[in-house]
Amino acid sequence: MPGQPSGARRPLDLRKRTRAGESIIQLLLKGAGAVSVLTTVGIVVVLVYDAFVFFRRPEPTFLEFFTGTTWQPQILRFGIFPLLNATLLTSVIGMTVALPIGLMIAIFLSEYASPRLRGILKPVLEVLAGIPTVVYGFFALGFMTPLLKNLFGKDTVEIFNVASAGIVIGILIIPLISSMSEDALSAVPRALREAAYGMGATRLETAVRVVLPAAISGIAAAVIVAMSRAVGETMVVAIAAGAGPRNFGDWGQATGGLNFLNPFKAAETMTGHIVRISGGDLSYDTIDYDSIFAIAFLLFIITLILNIISQWIVRRFREEY
Amino acid sequence: MSISLSVSSSASVQSQQARIAVESRNLRVWYGKFMAVRDIHLQVEECKITALIGPSGCGKSTVLRAFNRMNDLVPVARTEGEILFQGKNIYDPDVDAVEVRRRVGMVFQKPNPFPKSIYENIAWGARINGFKGNMDQLVEESLRGAALWDEVKDKLKQSGYSLSGGQQQRLCIARTIAVKPDIILMDEPCSALDPIATLRIEELMRELVNQYTIIIVTHNMQQAARVADYTAFFMVDDTRTGYLVEYGKSDQIFMRPKDKRTEDYITGRFG
Repeated sequence: MPGQPSGARRPLDLRKRTRAGESIIQLLLKGAGAVSVLTTVGIVVVLVYDAFVFFRRPEPTFLEFFTGTTWQPQILRFGIFPLLNATLLTSVIGMTVALPIGLMIAIFLSEYASPRLRGILKPVLEVLAGIPTVVYGFFALGFMTPLLKNLFGKDTVEIFNVASAGIVIGILIIPLISSMSEDALSAVPRALREAAYGMGATRLETAVRVVLPAAISGIAAAVIVAMSRAVGETMVVAIAAGAGPRNFGDWGQATGGLNFLNPFKAAETMTGHIVRISGGDLSYDTIDYDSIFAIAFLLFIITLILNIISQWIVRRFREEY
Repeated sequence: MSISLSVSSSASVQSQQARIAVESRNLRVWYGKFMAVRDIHLQVEECKITALIGPSGCGKSTVLRAFNRMNDLVPVARTEGEILFQGKNIYDPDVDAVEVRRRVGMVFQKPNPFPKSIYENIAWGARINGFKGNMDQLVEESLRGAALWDEVKDKLKQSGYSLSGGQQQRLCIARTIAVKPDIILMDEPCSALDPIATLRIEELMRELVNQYTIIIVTHNMQQAARVADYTAFFMVDDTRTGYLVEYGKSDQIFMRPKDKRTEDYITGRFG
C-alpha cells in the first residue's frame, strides 16, 4: 500500500503528560546542589559569628590581631603573625616541592609515557593521594626530620620544624597537582599536538609551548586546589611542625636575621593551633575557644583570596581553543 | 597481477627529465598486527600537486602521513619499505623525524591553529626552527603567501580562533610555509570548509605549487581533477589493507583510466 503514512492509523494525542520520575529526579538533583551551597553558607555564618564574638571581647583588638608578633592566649596576647607566618612557610615550602614535581609528572604522563605505563602510574599516584594524612605526619617526623638533621646538621634542625612538615605537605599534594594537571593536558585536542609536530616541533617544544599553555586554566585550577589544601593541611603540621607558636618579642626580633623565615625551627601553624586548642579540654565560651574562630575565619579569607587571584590569572592567560 | 601492472604504469608516468621530490618504495604501514597499506610505490614530482584519492579506509591518509613520519606518533604504527626524500630514506635509523617534519610540512583536515594570536601562530614554528631574521616581515610574507594578509593585517594580535574556518585553514597554510618546507602535505584540507572557502584554498594551492611540492589527500574527486597534476587511486582489499591501483597524470586518470576499478570509482559506481 504505497502512500499510506504509518502514523495515520494511530490517534494523535500530544497533550502534556505529568512524568513523576522526571520531577523526582529534578528535585533530588536540586537538593544535592543545595546541600553544598547551604553547607558553605552555614560555615561562613558560624565563622563570622564566632569571630565577631571573639573581637567583641575587651582584650583582643583588631590592631593587635593583625600587627602583634605574639600569640599567647594564656597572657591574652593575640597577634596572628606567628601562626600566619608558619602557615605561609609550610605552604610555600610545600608548593615549592609540589608544583615543579607535580607538573613534571603530569607532562611525563600525558606527553611522554606510553598508554600502558600511564595506565599503571596514574592509579598508583592516586593511591598516594588516598593515604591518611596522619601517616604523612609520622613520615615527616620519623623520616624527613632525621634526613634534614643529617643533611643540615643536628644542631641546626630542631626535632619539630617547618621544613620537614612543608616538604611532606608538598609530597602529599603532588598527586593532586599531577593528576588534575594530567587531566587538563590530556584534554588538549590531539590536533594541536599534531600541528606542532607537523611543523618540526620536538616533544618538549610541543609539550611546554603548545600543550601546557593550552591547558593552563585546568592546571591553574589544580594549583588552586593544591594551595588551598596546603594552607589547610592540619595533621602533618600538628605532628611535625611544632606544638607552640614561634613568638617574637617585637618586629625587630622577628625580622632580625630573618628569624621568622628559618625553616629549621619549630612553629605552629593556624590549623595546627586550632586542632591543638580544640582537641584539649577547652571549655566553651572562653577566649581561647573563641580565638580559634578568628583564626579559622582568616584562613577562610586567605583561601578565598587565593582563589580569586588564581581565577584572575587564568582569565588573563587562558588560551581558548 | 594487477598491482605489479599498475606499479610499472606509475613508473612510466614520470618523464626522464622530471625531478622527483619524494618517492615511496615498497611502503607498508602496520598498526599493530593490522596492515593498513601495502606495497606502495609512488614517485612524486617536484613542484606539482599530487592527489591521493580512494574510498574511505583505503589508507591514503596513512600513506600521506608516512611522508613526514607523522605515523611515528601513533605508538602501535610500524613502517616498512623506504621513502626517499632527496635520495635519503627518511626511515633510516640515523634520520631524525623532527628534522624530516621541518622539511615536509603538513596541513590537516580540520583547521587547527594554535590557541595563540594570528601573529604568534606564524612566528611559533619559525622560532622553534631557529629563525633569526625579521619576524614581522616573515609573518607578512607568509600571510601574503597564504592569501590571508589583507583580511588579517589589522588584527594580528587577535586569536587565530577568531577567524572563519576557511581563514583558519589559510592561517594553517601560512604557518606551514613560514617554516619554508620543501613539501607540503595536505590531509583533506577542505573537508571542513564551505564551497567558497574550498575554492580559495584550491586557488591558493595552484599558486603555492610554483614553489612547493604538494601532496593532497581528498575525498572529493572533482577537487582532485581541478587542482592535481597527478592522481593516485587507492583501494582497499578484503583484509581492509589499502593498496595503490593506478597512478598517472590527472587528466589521464579521470578521462582515460587504464584500470577498470579506477573507472568504476570515478564514474561513481562505488565508493
